[in-house]
Formats: sequence, C-alpha cells, structure tokens
Amino acid sequence: MSKILIRGAKVLGGEPQDVLITDETITAVGTDLTVSSAEGAQVVEAEGKILLPGLVDLHTHLREPGREDSETVLTGTRAAAVGGYTAVFAMANTFPVADTAGVVEQVWRLGKEHGYCDVQPIGAVTVGLEGKKLAELGAMHESAANVRVFSDDGKCVDDAVIMRRALEYVKAFDGVVAQHAQEPRLTEGAQMNEGIVSAELGLGGWPAVAEESIIARDVLLAEHVGSRVHICHLSTAGSVEIVRWAKSRGINVTAEVTPHHLLLTDELVRTYNPVYKVNPPLRTERDVLALREALADGTIDIVATDHAPHPHEDKDCEWGAAAMGMVGLETALSVVQHTMVDSGLLDWAGVADRMSFRPADIGRLEGHGRPISAGEPANLTLVDSAYRGVVDPAGFASRSRNTPYEGRELSGRVTHTFLRGRATVVDGKLA
Amino acid sequence: MKRHLISAADLTRDDAVLILDTAEEMARVADRPIKKLPTLRGRTVVNLFFEDSTRTRISFEAAAKRLSADVINFSAKGSSVSKGESLKDTALTLEAMGADAVVIRHHDSGAPHRLATSGWIGGSVVNAGDGTHEHPTQALLDAFTMRRRLVGADAGIGQDLAGRRITIVGDILHSRVARSNVHLLTTLGAEVTLVAPPTLVPFGVERWPCEVSYDLDSVVAKSDAVMMLRVQRERMNAAFFPTEREYARRYGLDGERMARMPEHAIVMHPGPMNRGMEITAEVADSPRCTAVEQVANGVSIRMAVLYLLLGGNEPAVTATSTPTEESK
Repeated sequence: MSKILIRGAKVLGGEPQDVLITDETITAVGTDLTVSSAEGAQVVEAEGKILLPGLVDLHTHLREPGREDSETVLTGTRAAAVGGYTAVFAMANTFPVADTAGVVEQVWRLGKEHGYCDVQPIGAVTVGLEGKKLAELGAMHESAANVRVFSDDGKCVDDAVIMRRALEYVKAFDGVVAQHAQEPRLTEGAQMNEGIVSAELGLGGWPAVAEESIIARDVLLAEHVGSRVHICHLSTAGSVEIVRWAKSRGINVTAEVTPHHLLLTDELVRTYNPVYKVNPPLRTERDVLALREALADGTIDIVATDHAPHPHEDKDCEWGAAAMGMVGLETALSVVQHTMVDSGLLDWAGVADRMSFRPADIGRLEGHGRPISAGEPANLTLVDSAYRGVVDPAGFASRSRNTPYEGRELSGRVTHTFLRGRATVVDGKLA
Repeated sequence: MKRHLISAADLTRDDAVLILDTAEEMARVADRPIKKLPTLRGRTVVNLFFEDSTRTRISFEAAAKRLSADVINFSAKGSSVSKGESLKDTALTLEAMGADAVVIRHHDSGAPHRLATSGWIGGSVVNAGDGTHEHPTQALLDAFTMRRRLVGADAGIGQDLAGRRITIVGDILHSRVARSNVHLLTTLGAEVTLVAPPTLVPFGVERWPCEVSYDLDSVVAKSDAVMMLRVQRERMNAAFFPTEREYARRYGLDGERMARMPEHAIVMHPGPMNRGMEITAEVADSPRCTAVEQVANGVSIRMAVLYLLLGGNEPAVTATSTPTEESK
C-alpha cells in the first residue's frame, strides 16, 4: 500500500490542509493528518502552494497517428503532465482521421500504455473531416475508447443539415458535437484577423463574422433539436455576446477559450513571425478583454489549449507558407494565472472549475474533474503560484517548440502532478 | 538610409527626398552616351523573383547594371524552389554566394520582412513587391514622376509633394502599390484620396492617413494626379463588382472624365494596363498619361535605392552641377 501526504497545501486556493493519498484514492483531507493515518506516508511539503484537481484539456492535438514528427501520444501526454493535466481529449484530425472505432481505440490504448495522462479520443463528425457524410459515431462510442465528444476540428461542419443530423444523432448516447466555427467561404485565403492590422500588412483577413455566424446558426440548431453543442476556441467579443444570449434563452451550449486568445493580439502579426499564426487568429485587445470577462462570469465555460504542435520547418518560413497553431499544454496554467488570477478576475476555485470540473463534465469523462475530498480518485495538480520564470522552449517535454511565449516572463509553475495517486511530475520535472 | 527597403512606411520625409534627389542625378546618366557608372563595381545584386514580373525584374536589372554591379537573376520557376526548396534554404544559398543585396518579389505578404529579420542573410533586402502588402520602389518612382511633372526636374530638388492632391483609383484591397503610395505620399505631404467600389476597399481603411470615396466623378476635378490601378480579371469571379462594363463605367477613366481634371493634372498607371477596363485607349495614349515615363523613372529610382543601400557615402555621380544631401 502506497501513501502520499501532501502537507499544508491551499486546496483550491483556500485554507491550508493536508491531503492523504492511499494508492489511487484520496483517503483523507484535514488540518492535521500527521499523527495516525498518515504514518509511513511519503510527504510532499506544499506550504504556500495551491492544490487543484488534475487539469482536463478538452482540445489537444497529439498528432499520432500520422504526424509523429511533431508530436506523439507519448511526448504529448508528457507535456500534458508537465502542464498539470491528468486527462486530455485528443482531436480527430490525424492521418488517418479518427473517424472509425479502430483509430480511436489505437489512440486510447497508446495513452493507457504510456501512463502519463489519460487520453480520451475525440471522434470525427464526418468521414475524413470532409463535412459530407457522418462518420460511424455510434461505433466510436461503443468502442473501448467510449467516445462522447465529436469534432471535425480544423474544419467547420458548415453544411447546416449535416450539423443538424450530428447534433440529433449523438443524443442517443449523451454525446456532444464540438464545432470549429469558421464559415469557409468567408475565410478563403485567410491569414490573420481581419481588421486594422490586416489592412496594413496586406494579409488575407479572417473576419469575426465568419465565426459568429456559425455560432449563431449552431446555437439555434441546438435549440431546435434539443441537443447540446460545444463551441471550440471562441475568439471574438461578438461570439461572447451570442453565447451569452443563447445561455440566457436556456440553450444547451458550452464554449471554450484558449490561453493564447486570453493574452495575445493581432498586433504581434506585425513581426510576420509565423509563431503567431493560429486558427482562429489572434484578435484585438477588445476581444481579449471580452473573452476574459466571459470566462470570469461563466459565459465561456472552460479553458482548452488547442495545443497544436508543428515541426520547426513549418514555422521557420514566410508567414503565408507557415502552418497554423501553437503548443500550449505546458504554459496554459501560467497564462491563465497571469490573465485571470493575477488580474483578480478569477480565484483558484474558479480555475479548478474552468480547467478541470467543467471540461470533464462537458466531455462526460469519469474519474476526472472531481472534488478534492476523501473517496475521490487522486488526480491532483500542485501549483507554485509565486514562481516567476521566463519561457524557454528548449526545456519543453513536447516534441515541438512552436510557442508564442518564448522569452516572455510568466507566473506560476506546476510542481507536482498525480495521476490516480502516482506522481507523473515531481518538482516540476517528469517523474 | 536604413540597411533594407521593406516598407514605404519606414521612410522619413528626408529619406524619401534624398532618394528622389539621388534618382534625379541618376536620370541624368541615362542622357549620357555611356549610361554607366562604376559605383557598385564588384558588388553582387540578386534578383530573387518568386512571382513572374518581367517589368519589375528588368527594371532592377537595368538599374544594377548601370551601376556596374554583377546581377544574378533567380527565378522561382524551373529552379530548386519549384522542387520544394524553402525560402530559408534559398536565402542561405544566396548568402553563401556572397549577395550584397537581394531584391525580392514574393507572393506572400511579409516575405521580404522575414528575409531581412530572420538572420538568414547578411546583405540588404529590397522589397520588389510582396503579396498585397507593399511595393516601395513603385511608390518612389510614382512620387518621382509626380515631382518632375508637378514641380519640375530641377525645381523639384530638395522638395516634397506638400499640398498636392493625389487620387488612387481601383482595386485598393489587393494593391501593394496603393499601400506603399499611401504611406509615401502622405510622408511627402500630399493629400491622398482612394477611390474604389466598397468591395475593393480594405476592412480597417478608416485608420489610414487618407480619404476614401466611392465616387470617382466627385474627386477628379480636385486632383493633381489620378493614378489608375490595374483591375485583375480574376476578381470578376469573386463578386467584387457585377461586370467589367459596369466597373469601367463607374470607375474607369475615359476622355470625358479626364477632361474634367485640372489642366496641369496627370494620369498615372503602374502597368500593365487593361485598356478598356480601368483606362480607355484615348486616355492611355494621351500626353497627360505618364505610364511610359514611369517605367523610365523606375530605373532611376532603383539605381538610387541600390546606390544608397550599397554605395555608402561616396558621391554617386561625379561632376554634376547639383549637390545633394549625401555629396555635400
């Protein structure tokens, strides 16, 4: 029997408490557990640190199978553990596409074998992400991977009838469609946010309305057929307004925001450095502030990384030729602390809610996003919120280095991650 | 002068006037029996063209050769680039060959900026047109043409374009020429008005230092120069305007509209022209149209730019009558 005692941690940012883990389970939470029950336990001194439930990322690109040069399930889950995650949802846009039971089971098994972080595959909505024909959603659900979240992420399910059918069909097994909201015709040749900066730089514009029009359509579809719908990487102030309206109407919509959309703006594109090229694109200061507000007031439900690894050569080139996306697993919590906690918009209980409880609930993922109390699975993340450090991609566990934060000072650091009682990260390093 | 010429926005008023004045000296070389200066002897200029543009390429080539530089033309078609070589590897290759300046034309906005700031090469970078971003030497030759016509070749030395009213008409949205001209002409004190159907005006244009009008007739009478931009026929398929005929009627320059321009006003076109579309043959062939003059002036401007970027502080032309900033 293995015992770990986390001593003096501020549970969800509250009063210091001791937390005892026995094997895979939290067995006691209290103010003085040192005497009897914790005897023989390995002690983790956590004075001043924040204890959170293990983080859950609803939006990760692990790239395996097919693009193992940028990331694998192993390197991606190691990066996730370093970032404080105990579960990640792996997006379907792999090669081959995760549109069959076989592919989702393969990804799920790889995650299980490596043991750094639970991997819950997301299934494609349509065959080959082509938006034409529903993939075998039921078969993916019934597979060992037990898929509940479906997404063509990277591409929008733009056909209104296909979207309607998908929303209806997954009700049979409490599934959810996660929409990449991007009207394709309005974004042909799009390279960055359409606005003041794109006009000057002469880069093809990605207008906010291309996102907002799809979200508006999809919340109305979800209302009409009585389904729930999830919006991936919401990025504009207008999208916030639509989701707020939909929620006020009782529509079953949830939404995510990425850390980079909470911090960075399209002004950075003036450098023409493709590390800032991402889809949806970096927006304006006004959008950033609206997204923070919405995350604070719950209009936006969760933070999801959209961790998108790319090999060096796909970013070491001219803007137009570069791939879209940035890695995010290892910096997400620091960016959230910087933008939301240090700014006073959200407390640590709120962070636990937006980065663990709610994403697990949206994805119907069992054993994650649970309260820190006796009897619960010991999926935990310990954070040194006082830490200040400069981001150095050379130290990343991810196989890719395409971070927009290189050289930037961020606050907070995950010192320990526990996956069902086993430490995957100790003192900030992979165990 | 800076080490690179990437954007017209990087030029101060004095930088721009210096280039125009230097170009005026260079233009005099073209009038000599031997149109050649020894200034850049032993220096290597590479024309790196990822987009077909015979006109701009030969203009830079003529400019470099008149300054006695060695010129290497590198065209993306039929080269290693078409076999998938990256811009970075191409740049490293040119660097290894000792390029002192790289003149780059690229279909992606920002490629020259990337080339100049990535550390791939040590030489000067001259933007010869990038995507829908900028084409600074075109704007310089346009300003040069305006100064010569509206102020005078000799009278213009040391002068800018203060108070001149310039109208730019056409596909502003996709035009690197318009972007560079807005920056440069306003730096030189001119008042710029852009005219286009609303579909061809960039989102966010309200922050540009110029006026925007959808009505050509309301501005021609108040213009010292009207610059017509080429409208690419492929825009037709993207619903920017209903038909070529409607475009020509509303935004084309014909004899009737030209007659309403002030007597001294000129018509400009960066070429190649779509006769019958944005400009009628009557206007294109009239003495008020400077299209051919612009081509000649392009060589002088590019000589000036290459000289100022590579030539250092030595006088470009010896024994000229008019001293300029760098030879004082």
